[in-house]
Amino acid sequence: MKSVAIRRFATTLVAGALAGASLMMSAHAIAQAPIKLGILEDQSGNFAIAVIPKIYAYQLAVDEINAKGGVLGRQLKIIHYDTQSDNTRFQEFARRLIQQDKVDVIFGAFSSASREAIRPIMDRSKQLYFYNNQYEGGVCDSNVFVTGAVPEQQFSTLIPWMMEKYGKKVYTIAADYNFGQISAEWVRNIVKEKGGTMVGEEFIPLSVSQFSQTIQNIQKAKPDVLVTLLVGANQASFYEQQASASLNIPMASSVNVGQAYEHKRFKPPALKDMYVTANYVEEVVSPASDDFKKRFRAKFPQVEYINQEAANAYDSIYLYKAGVEKAKSVDQAKVKAALGSGGICTDGPSGKVCIDPKSHHTSHRIYLIHVKADHSVDIPKVWDDIQPYWLGQVGCDLTKKPDQNQYTPSNLPKK
Amino acid sequence: MTYLIQAYAFFYQFADAFAFLVLSGLGLAIIFGMMGVINLAHGEFIMCGAYVTVLSARAGLPLPFAMVAGTLAAGLVGLILELLIVRRLYNRLYDSIVATWALSLIATQGMLIVAGPSIEGLKTPFGSFEMGEYSFSVYRALLPLVALLLLAALYWLFVRTRFGVHSRATIEDADMARALGANTGRIYSYTFGLGAALAGLTGALYAPTMTAVPMMGQAFIVQSFVTVVVSGADVMLGLAPAAAVLAFIQSLLTKSYGQLIGQIGLLLTVIVVVRVLPKGISGWALQRSAGR
Repeated sequence: MKSVAIRRFATTLVAGALAGASLMMSAHAIAQAPIKLGILEDQSGNFAIAVIPKIYAYQLAVDEINAKGGVLGRQLKIIHYDTQSDNTRFQEFARRLIQQDKVDVIFGAFSSASREAIRPIMDRSKQLYFYNNQYEGGVCDSNVFVTGAVPEQQFSTLIPWMMEKYGKKVYTIAADYNFGQISAEWVRNIVKEKGGTMVGEEFIPLSVSQFSQTIQNIQKAKPDVLVTLLVGANQASFYEQQASASLNIPMASSVNVGQAYEHKRFKPPALKDMYVTANYVEEVVSPASDDFKKRFRAKFPQVEYINQEAANAYDSIYLYKAGVEKAKSVDQAKVKAALGSGGICTDGPSGKVCIDPKSHHTSHRIYLIHVKADHSVDIPKVWDDIQPYWLGQVGCDLTKKPDQNQYTPSNLPKK
Repeated sequence: MTYLIQAYAFFYQFADAFAFLVLSGLGLAIIFGMMGVINLAHGEFIMCGAYVTVLSARAGLPLPFAMVAGTLAAGLVGLILELLIVRRLYNRLYDSIVATWALSLIATQGMLIVAGPSIEGLKTPFGSFEMGEYSFSVYRALLPLVALLLLAALYWLFVRTRFGVHSRATIEDADMARALGANTGRIYSYTFGLGAALAGLTGALYAPTMTAVPMMGQAFIVQSFVTVVVSGADVMLGLAPAAAVLAFIQSLLTKSYGQLIGQIGLLLTVIVVVRVLPKGISGWALQRSAGR
């Protein structure tokens, strides 16, 4: 009797332990399912030059995090589609990432046109989305977080500095789409505010690669400073053409050097006396930057240049990690709330970067990069910890008022 | 004096646009005019010429020789593709469009994989000259002359040489030309090779002024088709006047209203020409001379 009871008890115990173990194992298996990161970036097409380093940077951050045990004990898994610099591809693949792949977060887009093409899709599904590019600013969207620099960080620093050094007559040439138009508006406002004059402004279609007439128009207007907001491989031909015509006017830009590393790709002196404000370029020397470059090149020796957007892409993965860890969940609503709750920061290659809860944009250290005649680069000025203050100032406050709009200096939020 | 400078400044812009239109259109026009093949890979032959020029110049070849290398390379690729693919598609207009479009996609994406998103470019030779408040690139001022010389050379080739006579006979009536002893198959090969080589030369000539990227051919493609549509099928007759008219309209509009309006003006002109002169300038000229 006794032995039977003992045996039965033992059997129950073993069975229970087995069942418990198997339960635990399946729970463990669920915990181990990877967190899915959707990436939409242009591996080919007009923007590939500037975007390929970004794609490497995502991979680098993800591999580093996975090697250290992942996020909340789960590994990160990248699902990347090549959007081919084509806005319809962006929409197609954004839908696929949301509906089929059911990703936990989406990162991506280079041009503002492609970001605006997918933002409504993100908003409809309340999809958490990181845009990791410098741009014309103004996106006040509860679902969107931006790690790139914005005009108050790039132009409020650059334009007054240039006017002080070279003079108050400014000429702008800009790519003819939302990025160029809105950025030019920023430049115009700052020039006026600082007592300068716009002696010319020209908007150029993305397909244009021949600039003789534009160069002549600039020579006729005789500006002290030429602001070049040109985008893409076609428009990049401007620099060689202006050099061969000996235009010789100091240039200011928010897009060159930091993105498509024109100073490495063009024969000197095509970019002589180009000044750019960027939150990162490969030439930045600091322990964090040097270490980042070393890890980057060890993993991707084929990378031609580690650009500003690579640093932003890298930071965005770590910011997402910080958000998930604060929310203790990958639930998108919870992660968004955590990311927007303040104090979410990462120490990236360019320095400390923190998310501003009001606008979902990030603070940056801004470097003034000067390209010399031999295309080597010096950094005459650094502005530390510049906040993305503009949206908050004009009335975007995502902590109080959900929103999904893009604002410009001439289109402000309704009070 | 200032009037003179203004006049030259405008002429420079006109000549610059003229050169770009003629050089973009030449190779396409020959292949389309002679063979009736619409070559959508035209831009990629230009890219091929530019890449070979840049790479061989950077390897130490003097620029003129590098340009010859670029031209020959594009021509050779053209001959090979004609042999393998295009030859099977004569008189199949739509098939040839799809096939050459496929070639174009393969070439751009293949180049992206092989050579990366961009290669370091060349410096534009010869420097600049000044006139009043303006300064101009010497190299670009010379390009229109090169375009005119090329047109003259082609005129000589098609009017004065045996190959030219045979090829014109072949366009006129291929069966009859064959019956009279012209080797029409070989003429088609050479013509396609010539068109590809001319595209390569365009790429070679513009290589020092542009960024070398796999997509660079796309920068020429709109202008090349616009020029050929306005010109019509007869290259010798139509191309130069078509390019002159378009260059005048484009440079005038760009000067007064900026690049966007210049581009719009170019495209509107094509729409009007297609509506009024569906066979282009050369078709209209031929009709008039036949009517007389």
